[in-house]
Amino acid sequence: MNTTRGILAYGAHVPYWRLDRSEIASVMGGTADGGHRAVASFDEDTTTMGVAAARRALATTSGPAPDALWFSTVAPAYLDKTNATVVHAALRLDTSIPALDFGGAQRSAVGALRAGLTGPGRTLVVASDIRIGLPTGPEDGGGGDAAAAILTGSSDDGPLLAEYLGGATATGEFTDRWRTPGSAHSRTWEDRFGEQAYVPLVRRAWADALAATGLTAADVTVAVVTGLHDRATKKAAAGLGVAVTDDRSATVGNAGAAHPALLLADVLDGAEAGAVVALVVLADGCEVLLFRTTDALPAGRPAPSVAAQLEDRADVAYARYLSWRGLLEVQPPNRPEPNRPSSSAALRRTDWKHGFVGATDRMTGITHLPPSRVGIAGGQVDDMDQAPMADAIGTIATFTVDHLVYSQSPPVVFAVVDFDGGGRMPIELTDVDTAMVAIGDRVEMTFRRMFTADGLHNYFWKARPTGG
Amino acid sequence: MASHGILDRVAIVGMGCTPFREHWDKSLDDLLIDAHGLALDSAGIGKDDVDAYWYGTSQSSASGISLATPLRLDNRPVTRVENYCVTGSEALRQACYAVASGAYDVAVAIGGEKVKDSGYQGLNAFPIPTDGTNRTLTAAAMFSLMLPAYAERYGVDEERLRYVVAKIAEKNHFNGARNDLAQFRREMSAEAICDMAAVAGRLSVFDCAGVADGAAAAVVVAADRATDYTDAPLYVKALSLVAGDGSGLVDPAFDFTTLPECAAAATDAYTQAGITDPRTELAMAEVHDCFTPTELVLMEDLGFSGRGEGWSDVLEGRFAIDGDMPVNTDGGLKSFGHPVGASGLRMHYEAWLQLRGEAPAERSVATLDTRSRALVHNLGGYPGEMVSFVGIWGTEKG
Repeated sequence: MNTTRGILAYGAHVPYWRLDRSEIASVMGGTADGGHRAVASFDEDTTTMGVAAARRALATTSGPAPDALWFSTVAPAYLDKTNATVVHAALRLDTSIPALDFGGAQRSAVGALRAGLTGPGRTLVVASDIRIGLPTGPEDGGGGDAAAAILTGSSDDGPLLAEYLGGATATGEFTDRWRTPGSAHSRTWEDRFGEQAYVPLVRRAWADALAATGLTAADVTVAVVTGLHDRATKKAAAGLGVAVTDDRSATVGNAGAAHPALLLADVLDGAEAGAVVALVVLADGCEVLLFRTTDALPAGRPAPSVAAQLEDRADVAYARYLSWRGLLEVQPPNRPEPNRPSSSAALRRTDWKHGFVGATDRMTGITHLPPSRVGIAGGQVDDMDQAPMADAIGTIATFTVDHLVYSQSPPVVFAVVDFDGGGRMPIELTDVDTAMVAIGDRVEMTFRRMFTADGLHNYFWKARPTGG
Repeated sequence: MASHGILDRVAIVGMGCTPFREHWDKSLDDLLIDAHGLALDSAGIGKDDVDAYWYGTSQSSASGISLATPLRLDNRPVTRVENYCVTGSEALRQACYAVASGAYDVAVAIGGEKVKDSGYQGLNAFPIPTDGTNRTLTAAAMFSLMLPAYAERYGVDEERLRYVVAKIAEKNHFNGARNDLAQFRREMSAEAICDMAAVAGRLSVFDCAGVADGAAAAVVVAADRATDYTDAPLYVKALSLVAGDGSGLVDPAFDFTTLPECAAAATDAYTQAGITDPRTELAMAEVHDCFTPTELVLMEDLGFSGRGEGWSDVLEGRFAIDGDMPVNTDGGLKSFGHPVGASGLRMHYEAWLQLRGEAPAERSVATLDTRSRALVHNLGGYPGEMVSFVGIWGTEKG
């Protein structure tokens, strides 16, 4: 038995919002940088972005659910409590499927991917990151927010989009970048030190990976080279002797723990069958993973592509961006802050809250959102089927803009949405330009963080314009 | 389903209402004591004459104890009542039924709300633990959904409709400017309201009810003993309540141009009272103008206007103090603010004044020559998901 392992599916999420880097200089002074960074909306966190990427990946597969879900971030919504279980619930995975966090360090994300590729079973590996730098610092404009998900498995599990050919690791202990728990931003040693520490480790891992796979540099079609040490990454990339992919620094920024999988997804979006793709990640050493794309790739690509997501965007003002990240406190409406959600009530209704599963009356066919034991017509009790609505598309029947209600980013746009195939729900909109919303607009569902109270994140679904 | 009503079996024989204000110098207890005293004086009785109490408050206090203690009632039954913004009228409804049943001779319905001690603007619902998926929208935003929906259904230009609902506010402020008890006693032009910044949909702050503290109370007795207390009792003609099943938020057929719970309560009330053409048979109406689009739609749901005709009836001034169907002659929630537990009883207080010819001359209705009945309407909740009360009262015992 000699099955090949590799990538069965992948998906990426680049949030809708962008910060134009020249905005930073216009507010803070100094020299304007070009390009823009991707910005997680005020109602997104690494968990919700992970859900978005994972949904896109799983939407391309028709096979069974993954055997495991691994979630990796260095900006976790929770500590102690597992964040992967939220993703698990939003994806409506079976209780028997383990959901684990790989946290703490940038390296964990690519390490999880390696473990998924080399371990048994079908593992959905999700990486997500929100990069926060101090205002005017390198990560303020140069960081990016994104998530990507890769379903690893073997050729027995379904058509591989890319075969995993092998790879190598180089591990090094040196303190180039660090962040103490509780701090929102990392600190770094002076620039040149990291370069001289990293480059030999990359050389070593690269050589070992080629040796392990029997390839030469000439066999590699394209390399994805990424790491948070920009100078070392560029130097290492130049030394590989192969073509290097666009690192999306001008359009996304460096999305840290999510960036390797995001760039891999970006390459797979456009790669020809038979291409050899190297993933080279500089993080406390170096990880090299080598793939060969297959004929199955074109049919297995998710929608929208990374490139398409880069086009679907709107600018956020710098000050508003700072307020979204908690770096600038703004005056909230003079209304009570929301109460924390009840954990026991949330558990009773987890299918609804996390999975957006309503109920359809067997007798009348009417879909009830939220699910209801008694229908609005017919009069039967407990005669309902589950109605999963997370993938449903809807139309705005009417809407309003609420300037009075508490919100982390007022105003709140709220619409009555009628779903194709049945079901109505008054629901908050997100990723919208308030002035552009119109009756008849089409919307899709997105898993978001509604608010945080008492340190408890309240996750539920919102609607957003289709196409993103 | 049967709804028999208690036509002419119970009567209001005394009422009292405090000024509705930002009562920084008065507690809830103060307001309740004041309203109670006014109502009992009005009926010419003392507190020992009262057999039972129904006390409405939405969230200012809990339990009958919170009325019995400030009034120092002597082993009396006191029931605390809560039913959203219908709370005050609901207390009165329960008191009427208790008297009608023969269980008590004299009952008092009293409602009060101390809103201004919260430190926040607007009304804020008592937080009940939930799974966190419930809507967090303000009531203003929920009711603002009706404006574009109505404009689309009836082909009314949205700008014109916005002016129409501002005219409703103008009318109610005109009336409120002539009422000592009202919180806002200044006339406001529709044009000025239209020029204000929107806070929810197209609605400005002046499309919303104000926020005030207040209390009001009524004394009810059996109809056949009513004239022992007053020469001009108000007899129950109808008491109706509908608690909606929330289907409007689930059912795509609901189009936000009507409040079906209100229409259903009105239909029931008209049947109880034997009214077939409310617009010509009622002398006046107090309706729940929590937001200006609410009053517009209510004109149709209560049968004062045909469907799609409410907006033009508003522009024609038919609901003005000198119109053929005066609505919110006291100034409405617009002028009074909305201390939830008190509002329903405050509205009854206006019907009490108008039908008895006690309203001051500058805002007394001219319809009493031929009509002797008034309607009081309350609603609580939101379009698609609400509770509605309709009561009809008259000076003549059938």
